[in-house]
Amino acid sequence: MPQVTLTVNGKTSTVEVEGRTLLVELLREKLGLTGTHVGCDTSQCGACVVHVDGNSVKSCTMLAVQADGSSVTTIEGLAKADGTLHPMQEMFREHHALQCGFCTPGMVMAAVDLVAKNPQGLSEEQIRHGLEGNLCRCTGYHNIVKAIDAAQPLMHAK
Amino acid sequence: MNAPFEGIGASVRRKEDLRFISGRGNYTDDINRPNQTYAVFRRSDRPHANIVSIDTSAAKSAPGVVAVYTAEDLAAIGGLPCGWQIHSKDGSPMAEPKHPVLAEGKVRHVGDPIAVVIAETKQQARDAAELIEIDLKDLPATATVTDALKSGAAQIHDNAPGNVCYDWHIGDKEATEAAFAKAAKIVKLDLENNRLVPNAMEPRVAIGDYDRHTSDYTLFTTSQNPHVIRLLMGAFVLGLPEHKLRVVAPDVGGGFGSKIYHYAEEATVTWAAGKLGRPVKWTADRTESFMSDAHGRDHVSTAEMALDAQGNFLALRVNTLANMGAYLSTFAPAVPTYLYATLLAGTYRTPVIYAEVKAVFTNTVPVDAYRGAGRPEATFLLERLVDTICHDTGFDPVAIRLQNFIPKDAFPYQTPVALQYDSGDYFTTMEVAMKNADYAGFPARKAAAAAKGKLRGIGISTYLEACGIAPSAVVGSLGARAGLYEVANIRVHPTGSVSVFTGTHSHGQGHETTLAQLVTSQLGVPFSQVEIVHGDTNRIPFGMGTYGSRSLAVGGTAMVKAMDKIIAKGKKIAAHLLEASVDDIEFADGSFKVAGTDRAKSLSEIALTAYVPHNYPITEIEPGLDETAFYDPANFTFPGGCHVCEVEIDPETGVTSIVNFTAVDDVGRVINPMIVEGQVQGGVAQGIGQALLEHAVYDSNAQLLSGSFMDYTMPRADNLTNISVATENTLCTHNPLGVKGCGEVGAIGSPPAVMNAVISALKDYGVRHMNMPASPEKIWGIINAGRKAAE
Repeated sequence: MPQVTLTVNGKTSTVEVEGRTLLVELLREKLGLTGTHVGCDTSQCGACVVHVDGNSVKSCTMLAVQADGSSVTTIEGLAKADGTLHPMQEMFREHHALQCGFCTPGMVMAAVDLVAKNPQGLSEEQIRHGLEGNLCRCTGYHNIVKAIDAAQPLMHAK
Repeated sequence: MNAPFEGIGASVRRKEDLRFISGRGNYTDDINRPNQTYAVFRRSDRPHANIVSIDTSAAKSAPGVVAVYTAEDLAAIGGLPCGWQIHSKDGSPMAEPKHPVLAEGKVRHVGDPIAVVIAETKQQARDAAELIEIDLKDLPATATVTDALKSGAAQIHDNAPGNVCYDWHIGDKEATEAAFAKAAKIVKLDLENNRLVPNAMEPRVAIGDYDRHTSDYTLFTTSQNPHVIRLLMGAFVLGLPEHKLRVVAPDVGGGFGSKIYHYAEEATVTWAAGKLGRPVKWTADRTESFMSDAHGRDHVSTAEMALDAQGNFLALRVNTLANMGAYLSTFAPAVPTYLYATLLAGTYRTPVIYAEVKAVFTNTVPVDAYRGAGRPEATFLLERLVDTICHDTGFDPVAIRLQNFIPKDAFPYQTPVALQYDSGDYFTTMEVAMKNADYAGFPARKAAAAAKGKLRGIGISTYLEACGIAPSAVVGSLGARAGLYEVANIRVHPTGSVSVFTGTHSHGQGHETTLAQLVTSQLGVPFSQVEIVHGDTNRIPFGMGTYGSRSLAVGGTAMVKAMDKIIAKGKKIAAHLLEASVDDIEFADGSFKVAGTDRAKSLSEIALTAYVPHNYPITEIEPGLDETAFYDPANFTFPGGCHVCEVEIDPETGVTSIVNFTAVDDVGRVINPMIVEGQVQGGVAQGIGQALLEHAVYDSNAQLLSGSFMDYTMPRADNLTNISVATENTLCTHNPLGVKGCGEVGAIGSPPAVMNAVISALKDYGVRHMNMPASPEKIWGIINAGRKAAE
């Protein structure tokens, strides 16, 4: 079986996987990082979004072997080592941007990348457009959009 | 510095969020048991067929396969039970065909499970499932109620002649006909309520576990009501007594009704775990969810209103065909009857009503309660009918509603369809909604949109719903096979912190926060010192779970009753310690005080005394401070309100944009305004989804066409807009908190508001009615046909 070496949340691991193993399966089943979720089988819902080498990626759309040599950040690795939450996590809580929490890890990871890549700032319409790849069934997105908007100045101030 | 106010009425940030935003939630698929195996189901890809043969030999010898089971292996276990029994007009009980765990001799819908493969890995199970050879002989199939009722339609069950489950009615037929005979005007509308797929973001998961040493079974499952699953599966399917079966529903990623029911996969993995002596885990992929989670809605109706010359509603007559799907799901028969037809008075004082409901089997996934369950169907019918009356007669949609509302001073109000509303004020919710939506400014906005070549429309919907489900004796007399009370156990620990064990279940609603706020207010215990425990039959005494907006109205009231017992006992202990009469002890803000003095004992001092009873009235009361209450509600609760939707249609594409959505709801007393607002926004989003985007489509051969997120249009962030939410509350009169419920109002009030707006925008094109969803294709077709006709 192929071996994959990758760094996840700062820790390097080498694991054996089947060729068909998806990155999300490696994260959840081999590394026990169950914060990344699977909500569909057609790469539509975005519950599985993680960062691979600084880009948000639907980890159900990437084979584990494709991540060989990569640096991956999952929701478990977003807060600082001392537990200080990322501003996006803080704003999701402050603005009640989650209900059941299942889409939240992917939503937060997608939002962090969206804001980070747009230092010029995003309008509400642009945030909504940027979230097209992430489904939430609970919130109606209203508070997610508010949270992301509120996180913009906090992230860019750093 | 004063501690922040964290009791009833405060928008406290949620306790549960910290684990969810940091990836530390514990959803069922996150659970793995030692020595676990994996189950994959082989499902029917045909809608209706006889099973000629099943050959599992290749699958059984495939790598890693532990077992392959079919219906033959499950012969000793029961079918999946139905929780309600409806009787037809003639008094006969509904047709109740067996719902086998795995298909027996015949498959009846695409997705019907035929066999299960259990293997060392999920991949091996998946590979082996493909190796099962199944010979099916196709039978004619029907997907719609109208097709299934045609003479000569394929018979889906031998014991349901004509595919009819029941033919039921409610109301006064003769009085209704008499009122129609003298009506100045009759307006008739044929309409459909589109079939939906609930699509909670977390797919269903079930893990069966079995301990050979104790013969104890455990089922970890994505359920809204673990005790109900224990009861249904234990007593009716597997024959396991309660003390040998534990059901755990940990963090659950959304339900919306779809996770109420007892499903075949739960019974299969539990049974197989016992058979194999190893844990068995099944995780649905989304494709399976589409063809195995209960669907929602799917009604075909005719509605007629009789009016006098002044526009007063004289009588309502309704005929509805309700799709049950291929088998009866747990709550299914109750949805189009007692959660639908009893709501047909709505907010109006229509004096007589008669409704007939025929429930019909088809070759589709079972249909059951989905957010709102019956009440959105009733509201859509009524509110579309009212706007159609205005279309046909020229009455104003605002004036005719005001004219026919149940007056403010008419409560308690007895409707002609069984329910008695305790409180409400539809005038105020409508007045505030129109103000918040700037209804008066609409003509100017419409003109401005027209100048840009866009079509604007505005729509109003008012609604009334019955929730806080439910008074047991009432639902028992209507056909429920269970009681619908709720249970709370309040444990004050020796140092004064509190654990609440509730029979309700949170899968997004925020109970860990809201219910803790109740304890903070009632017992004066700091919010941080309160823990809410739910979702485990081994920890919680009993419970009926969460659906029908019942958690606060029924479960919260059970908590209040248990806390009343805590306070009553605490008073006796305080009286002893303070050497006063029990009658002189007052309890407020966490302190037991001798009235008129400053002598007091805190709740934590009382708790310590109760657990270390050295100086204690031991001959009068027991040690400990731990009380349980069962609460059965006296009536349903009746939230109501008004939603106003403003849309803009691009005539070039037929795409409808929601430009404003305003909800003003009466949900009774609000515990956490932030959470209520979020619940309403989420419900409205699902209602907008139903109105504009979502439709579970079957082709004429009963193949499911919209079977993935590629084909079924879920609302996305850019399909929606900000949703303005406000409340104008009247208090429920029969529970101590005055609460009504807020979980479903959004999905109930919004679809007709959107559709009334769409139809108003298309007024110039002669549109009288359109069924949901108002897709760009439908709208563009109308606009284009209109243009062609004009050319």
